[in-house]
Amino acid sequence: MEAVASHDEHAGPHARGLVRWITTTNHKDIGTLYLCFSLVMFFIAGFFAMLIRAELFEPGARLFSPALYNQFVTMHGLMMIFGVIMPAFVGFANWQIPLMIGAPDMAFPRMNNWSFWLLPFAALLMIGEFFVPGGAAATGWTMYPPLSVEMGPGMDMTIFAIHILGISSIMGAINIITTILNLRAPGMTLMKMPLFVWTWLITAYLLVAVMPVLAGAVTMVLADRHFGTHFFNAAGGGDPIMFQHIFWFFGHPEVYIMILPAFGIISEIIPTFSRKPLFGYASMVYATASIATLSFVVWGHHMFTVGFPASGQLFFMYATMLIAVPTGVKIFNWVATMWRGSLSFETPMLFAIGFVLMFTIGGFSGLVLAVTPVDIQLHGTYYVVAHFHYVLFSGAAMAIMAGIYYWLPKWTGHMYDETLGKWHFWLTTIFFNLTFFPMHFLGLAGMPRRVADYALQYTTLNQVVSIAAFGLGLSQLIFLYAIVKCIRGGVPAGDRPWEGATSLEWTLPSPPPYHTFETEPVIS
Amino acid sequence: MRKTVSGALCLLFGILVWAPARAFEINLKPPASPIAEQIYGLHIMVLWVCLGIFIVVFGAMLYAIVNHRKSVGHKPALFHENLALEVVWTIIPFLILAGMAYPATRTVLAMKNTAGSALSIEVTGYQWKWQYTYLPYGISFFSTLSTPPAQLADLAPKNRHYLEQVDHPMVVPTGEKIRLLVTSADVVHSWFVPALGVKQDAFPGFIKATWFEADAPGVYRGYCTELCGKGHAFMPIVVDAVTPAQFAAWVAAEQRGKKTAATAAAKAQASRGHRTLTASRAARSS
Ligand code: HEM
Ligand SMILES: [Cu+2]
Ligand SMILES: [Cu+2]
Repeated sequence: MEAVASHDEHAGPHARGLVRWITTTNHKDIGTLYLCFSLVMFFIAGFFAMLIRAELFEPGARLFSPALYNQFVTMHGLMMIFGVIMPAFVGFANWQIPLMIGAPDMAFPRMNNWSFWLLPFAALLMIGEFFVPGGAAATGWTMYPPLSVEMGPGMDMTIFAIHILGISSIMGAINIITTILNLRAPGMTLMKMPLFVWTWLITAYLLVAVMPVLAGAVTMVLADRHFGTHFFNAAGGGDPIMFQHIFWFFGHPEVYIMILPAFGIISEIIPTFSRKPLFGYASMVYATASIATLSFVVWGHHMFTVGFPASGQLFFMYATMLIAVPTGVKIFNWVATMWRGSLSFETPMLFAIGFVLMFTIGGFSGLVLAVTPVDIQLHGTYYVVAHFHYVLFSGAAMAIMAGIYYWLPKWTGHMYDETLGKWHFWLTTIFFNLTFFPMHFLGLAGMPRRVADYALQYTTLNQVVSIAAFGLGLSQLIFLYAIVKCIRGGVPAGDRPWEGATSLEWTLPSPPPYHTFETEPVIS
Repeated sequence: MRKTVSGALCLLFGILVWAPARAFEINLKPPASPIAEQIYGLHIMVLWVCLGIFIVVFGAMLYAIVNHRKSVGHKPALFHENLALEVVWTIIPFLILAGMAYPATRTVLAMKNTAGSALSIEVTGYQWKWQYTYLPYGISFFSTLSTPPAQLADLAPKNRHYLEQVDHPMVVPTGEKIRLLVTSADVVHSWFVPALGVKQDAFPGFIKATWFEADAPGVYRGYCTELCGKGHAFMPIVVDAVTPAQFAAWVAAEQRGKKTAATAAAKAQASRGHRTLTASRAARSS
């Protein structure tokens, strides 16, 4: 592929300092804002996780009340999902999609600015909840009524924050769809797009489809709370189970919203460090599309214990098992890409290999949970906590880390510190597994999730988990330090620091000029 | 290099599986009901499937990591497609899953089949206790956490069944199908006893049926598994499975006790609310 980067006279930002960041419509600036926001939220939500593990270090330890405990659990979940994982992926999309398809910027630069600047307000609302009477929402991130109808004003703030986050996500998604469909450079056909762009295109459609559903669900809760409706109140002719249907109709596609861009990042990294093209590009695209389609018909697997009729349970069991097939295809393709390559193991590749291995373990526990009778045994226990942290921490979050190490040299112009990166990878991997693998055992033994205290039989494993969790939390400070160090300086990266990298962004200088592809590159 | 990698993997495997296998429970509780038995079997079956896939996939990946690395001078191949392979690895997992679905379907149907039960108990969740009503016998009582407050507050050493003990357990006969009619008086709860393989969410305004059968006499402990507020961790379930003869005796005693306590309880309730009722029943039953 050939690309021409052009420079003009006013190559830099128009404003300086804070004003630059508030008024910017530049996709690179906005990408940076998203990623920095995500990093800050990662440490806030991570701090809540540390508090949770401190409370659970041993039975009875009353560091804080169970009521406050539930607030930390809820805010940990909501912030990690809506404040960390999703914004980080949008950050990658902003930086990378224009660079990878040869577009000068996102399609709607002003809307782009607004989508980002909504986020800090939502975050402030959520943090502010801890300071209102009754404290933050304490329902878990799933916000099931009637509990969520009974909550204090913190719940209203959560609902408002979700509305804001939803608007931001939908605008971001529309922007991404329009950019990909309209701003590709000549010759960049859909089936030539890097897989990261493909996964984001599909993710963006999922976002547009389901964020309004979530908004509807929480709005109905709001109406039940204040406007005298009875959507979820059986005494008024409503149905609390209906909320769960609506929520999970959003919720399951949502989990794929949080993993498909990760698949995209991994599909860029593995070929680069295998020095070999991605195996089965077309089948990767089809697998992604079928995962996204199927994700609309499996929501009932989160509700196997509500008491569906047998036909309902069987439908959702079969559909859920089916979704494991395209997920498997992806994993096979990554391994086939590595097969007979010429592998090297720089930090991004380490994270990518760790991703494939540990995400698969999460897929396995997903398979266990897909089997309805086994799910009925394990639903609401720590087994589910283990499952979704394997897919969301070692899956989504570690893919984000992989992507950061992979593209940071491009964005900053400096190489990151490889030693720090490797330390970060190994410590994260070891402590991650020591934290979350034992949770499978706790769940199998019967320990419920979202409890502030537990029976003595679970003590030893919980202590292992808590200690490892502190290690995991501390290891992330290395990440922070590695990023800051790389931004401030380091060995010049050159245009293409990875010899196996082939996509368009590597034809640009590092860091790329403020405006890129003002004249369209021609893709041959 | 090869040695270090495989050594590290063995060590990781040891830390993750072998060591805890010796030191703690790592599997489901020993099943104590026919359904729990089937769940146990299904879980083991899925684990074998996963292990098989794991070995094939990551065996290949490990081989590539060790042998196809740049540092040993391996030159990259250029293939990037193979339709036959793609079709094969789509169809094989599909067939494996179909094979898993068959036994799972049988268990789903068995779990749903509440017909032929010997006894129906209505289970009502409250923030934060359970109420059990034995429909045929007119027996009804609350079942509340009985761990002493001093232990909860870390002021006294914890007893063996900390957070797993109640004042008044659910008593059931062994070897009989017990139908549960589960509902709630406030928010969503979930009634779960691990060893018996039974879990059912409790919704206000709806009654959901499930069932279990205890194979042998014993005390089976469980929990609420749906977040229901600040007392969520503090509303355990205790099922006391006794022989049918002992159960008949228990029913008779409950019914006798009910008559004698009725007048006293009515007075107490009028003056101090029904909290006292539970307490007096607790005293009577312990
Ligand atoms: C092979 C693919 C997968 C299967 C078969 C699967 C299956 C399941 C099932 C059956 C549950 C319900 C567990 C329960 O609450 O009883 C569940 C929960 C969950 N899964 Fe997956 N899963 C898969 C992949 C993923 C992925 C890729 C993600 C996200 C990146 C994910 C995220 C979650 C989350 C967050 C929950 C818990 C939600 C909650 O209750 O808070 N899963 N999964
Ligand atoms: Cu799901
Ligand atoms: Cu509960």
